[in-house]
Amino acid sequence: MAMNSTGRPTAPTGDGARAEDLKTFSGSRGLMQQEPLLHEVGAPEKCGVDLPCVPKHTSRLGGLEREEVIGLPGLSEPEALRHYVRLSQRNYAIDLGLYPLGSCTMKHNPRLNEKLARLPGFADVHPLQPQSTVQGALGLMAELSHWLMAITGMDAVALSPKAGAHGEWCGMMCVRAAIEERGELDTRRRVLVPQSAHGTNPATAAACGFEIDELPADATGRVDMDALRSKIGPDVAAIMLTNPNTCGLFERDIREISDLVHDAGGYFYCDGANLNAIMGKTRVRDLGVDAMHINLHKTFSTPHGGGGPGAGPVVLSDRLSTYAPVPYLVRDGEGWALVEEVAQAKAKPFGRMSAFHGQMGMFVRALAYMMSHGADGLRQVSEDAVLNANYLLARLSDEMSPAYDGLCMHEALFDDAFLKDTGVTTLDFAKAMIDEGYHPMTMYFPLVVHGAMLIEPTETESRESLNRFADSLISLAKLAKSGDTSRFTNAPTLAPLRRLDETRAARTPVLRWREG
Amino acid sequence: MSTIYYTEDHEWLNVDGDTATIGISTYAAGQLGDVVFVELPEVGKTVKKGDEIAVVESVKSASEIYAPVSGEITASNAALEDAPETVNEDAQGAGWFFKMTIADRSELSGLMDEAAYGEFTKE
Amino acid sequence: MRYLPLNEDDRVAMLARIGVSSIDDLFADIPARARLDGLIEGLPTHASEMAVERHFTDLSRQSLSAGDAPFFCGGGAYRHHVPASVDHLIQRSEFLTAYTPYQPEIAQGTLQTLFEFQTQVAQLTGMDVANASLYDGSTATAEAVHMAARITRRRKCVLAPGLHPHYAQTVQTAVQGETMDMHTMNAAMGADANVVDALDDQTACIVVQSPNIFGELVDLEPLAEAAHAVGALLIAVTTEVVALGLVKSPGEMGADIVAAEGQSIGNGLSFGGPYVGLLACRNDRKFIRQVPGRFAGETVDEEGQRGFVLTLSTREQHIRREKATSNICTNSGLCTLAFTIHLALLGEKGLRKLAALNHGRACVLADRLDALDGVEVLNQSFFNEFAVRVRGNAAQIVEDMAKVGVLGGIPAARLFGAGHFDDVLMVAVTETNTDDDFDALVAALREAI
Repeated sequence: MAMNSTGRPTAPTGDGARAEDLKTFSGSRGLMQQEPLLHEVGAPEKCGVDLPCVPKHTSRLGGLEREEVIGLPGLSEPEALRHYVRLSQRNYAIDLGLYPLGSCTMKHNPRLNEKLARLPGFADVHPLQPQSTVQGALGLMAELSHWLMAITGMDAVALSPKAGAHGEWCGMMCVRAAIEERGELDTRRRVLVPQSAHGTNPATAAACGFEIDELPADATGRVDMDALRSKIGPDVAAIMLTNPNTCGLFERDIREISDLVHDAGGYFYCDGANLNAIMGKTRVRDLGVDAMHINLHKTFSTPHGGGGPGAGPVVLSDRLSTYAPVPYLVRDGEGWALVEEVAQAKAKPFGRMSAFHGQMGMFVRALAYMMSHGADGLRQVSEDAVLNANYLLARLSDEMSPAYDGLCMHEALFDDAFLKDTGVTTLDFAKAMIDEGYHPMTMYFPLVVHGAMLIEPTETESRESLNRFADSLISLAKLAKSGDTSRFTNAPTLAPLRRLDETRAARTPVLRWREG
Repeated sequence: MSTIYYTEDHEWLNVDGDTATIGISTYAAGQLGDVVFVELPEVGKTVKKGDEIAVVESVKSASEIYAPVSGEITASNAALEDAPETVNEDAQGAGWFFKMTIADRSELSGLMDEAAYGEFTKE
Repeated sequence: MRYLPLNEDDRVAMLARIGVSSIDDLFADIPARARLDGLIEGLPTHASEMAVERHFTDLSRQSLSAGDAPFFCGGGAYRHHVPASVDHLIQRSEFLTAYTPYQPEIAQGTLQTLFEFQTQVAQLTGMDVANASLYDGSTATAEAVHMAARITRRRKCVLAPGLHPHYAQTVQTAVQGETMDMHTMNAAMGADANVVDALDDQTACIVVQSPNIFGELVDLEPLAEAAHAVGALLIAVTTEVVALGLVKSPGEMGADIVAAEGQSIGNGLSFGGPYVGLLACRNDRKFIRQVPGRFAGETVDEEGQRGFVLTLSTREQHIRREKATSNICTNSGLCTLAFTIHLALLGEKGLRKLAALNHGRACVLADRLDALDGVEVLNQSFFNEFAVRVRGNAAQIVEDMAKVGVLGGIPAARLFGAGHFDDVLMVAVTETNTDDDFDALVAALREAI
């Protein structure tokens, strides 16, 4: 007979003491490891990289040798791995759960795309190598261009913008160049921007030297057509419109809007942030658009990476294509060539947006995403994205208050009317979602709705996942209405940190570590 | 004898002869939330009524302050640079923003008194 | 389709719950004449992982990658060795698939690494503070010029000779929307004395690159003094940040704003992007309030525990809209992470050695090339990149060398336009270059001339 001779217990023996009351000696809490700043764990003499010897040479630094100590901390490789893995565990991520940030399109990031972006013919080629040696990379850019033009029906695409806002600026600079060529730069000063627009739209128009004129929304959450008619005139350079708009609604009057703007001699800039809702269902060309940026990190699933890098190619109509910035791609016999100098261009590029050719690493991922889906899959993406959003809208409407009546596109907008008189704010509600294991939705945007909650599930959530999410939100809404506010005002309590003092951060900014 | 006036942009003016001390109302400070920064006008600057001359910021908002009357800036409250919270603590006292001359007293006629402002903010 | 979890049963049940009969009912707001009935024209249908991989592998093989050739290109993008652990760490789901840290309680991983990054950048550049990164070095330079104009309330900007021509063009394009008075000085090897003559009391800033586009190191100190004497700011640009391990920092030499390309640390060539723009400045409230882009800042949570948040956001477009300091809405997140991890692995000791190694090997190659008939090294000083005058057309020589599998540098005319510096070749050397590479370059160059 084998005895349990070590005395090891095989069933719990505790008295049920509550985990949250335990203060640990190490500061860590089980799997959640305490981790100080790099500058507190590292040291200047530590190093995680082995390098060969420096050859004998006579220094040619022109007397500019560094004398000051830099103070950079170093880590050995095992220490570095721990530091960053521990920090990573303090992040929410798509791979962890539903990430319903409205207007951000947080969909699954296929790992195939990561693998392909690292192929040497894309990842290990220099932007200024002889063009004869980078035909594969140029060919990939040409294929990406073909897909983007096919999806949107547009005539040209500028690939170099480095993110959505950079793309907006590219598109509006094309508008500016066109107006300048018409000799109307001094008279066409106004750009119409809906109140519900992303902040980048007015910031972009201002950066191009235009004046911003806000367009109000009507009672259905769409552009107020009477206001538009009253504002349109020969001094309007362009309208910047997101479609579907930031309330998650398709602008039904979009053809009339584009006709009005075109008849007045202006241009139609479309913010393409929400392309995920309409791919394969309509082409922006057929909506009358002259320029639109495409956020590859939203619709085409290049990873968001904690805030970037993005990529913002801009598709252009034939009214604007000639103004696209350098560098751009042209056919060169059997292959491809880049036009890199304004002076050498046959067209009329407005200038150059950055040092090189755009976000190649993102181009590879986006094209891999598109080819994986194909024409049929891309349409299915939009259909499922819109279906998922409407399903959540239908389920959540039982307990939460939709901002507008009717169906939505790829995202569902709620206001805080359902929290009225509960003492719970949109912020509290969002923080309580964190305790439920969810990333909160976009809050307090768009600005046209009080206490806005904008929910975008994307097409990569299953029905089961949506149901669990809806169940949690419905339970929270019921709890708020029942008068139990402490669960909300104290939230989050189960995250690595409690609510942070943003006032203190802004009043006395500490933007770097300093010794002591 | 000084008189307090209010603008529809929620600024207060304490008018004493031909000069005024200006800040934002206690009501506005409450609505803004924690004030984290105030950008003040340069002393000696001549401004016209309606000019944007200062900015008050909370964590998530930035609001322009407009010159309530025309005149010249004679002082600005440098203490707010290091202690913006004064605006929340004492909006209509130590939290003043700047002082200015009043070039045209007739511009005061369109402003509200305490009672009218009370009605205005009730809406 | 492998990325779409819904099946037909799900779709039918969900449509029923919504209360519509078909998926097209959800798209009824699209004007009838703009609706697409069939599939998008001109595109294939979905493809398997294997098929996609095959296609991309074929495309990849159609380029000559730097790792497959003796490689000497620089000009604002440098091939350094990136430790394997960097790429592993940035691919962790929690970093890769997180969004901008808008909910700080569940984004401390991103926020703390950004705070550490900001500290490293400030230290490296010798400045007080740095932001959480911009798109790349060229756009960071353009943003720095805007920033200087707002701080000084002046409109004139002087671009010193030796600034990367693509950076100069990016700045010139970026200021088209406003009334800036741009003085772009003709290219020359070093910073020439005329720079100081171009400064006056209307000048907002002077933009000086060091090492400059020809690799020449520039003493910023006299330029900073001249700029400050007329109330202008000195913007220092660096496209090869590894140099800062060996060379005096811009902060030490009096720079007010530093704009730099951070690609060299942690990030591969990737045909020009994505890269990581660094922006650092003095600790002056007037400066900090004009910085574009994101800042991570330290604070505490409800229980007094240290934590980090995005801060000073009123500068940014989502709050300030048309009055924002910039329309930028991202930082270069993952590239920033790669930068900070690589620099943490190097530490001060490693960075100094890496820089010394780059410089030492560049000196060895410069001497070998200078000894060749028909080749003359033009630099007085350099870090890891230098310019040589070659007998003949540099662009043609580079093409000829490529034909024998040597990527021997960048003809200056590629950046300045044909007819400018036609006989100048720019050669960059890093720790990745072997002695065999040197031999191959010497042989190819001798053959091509």
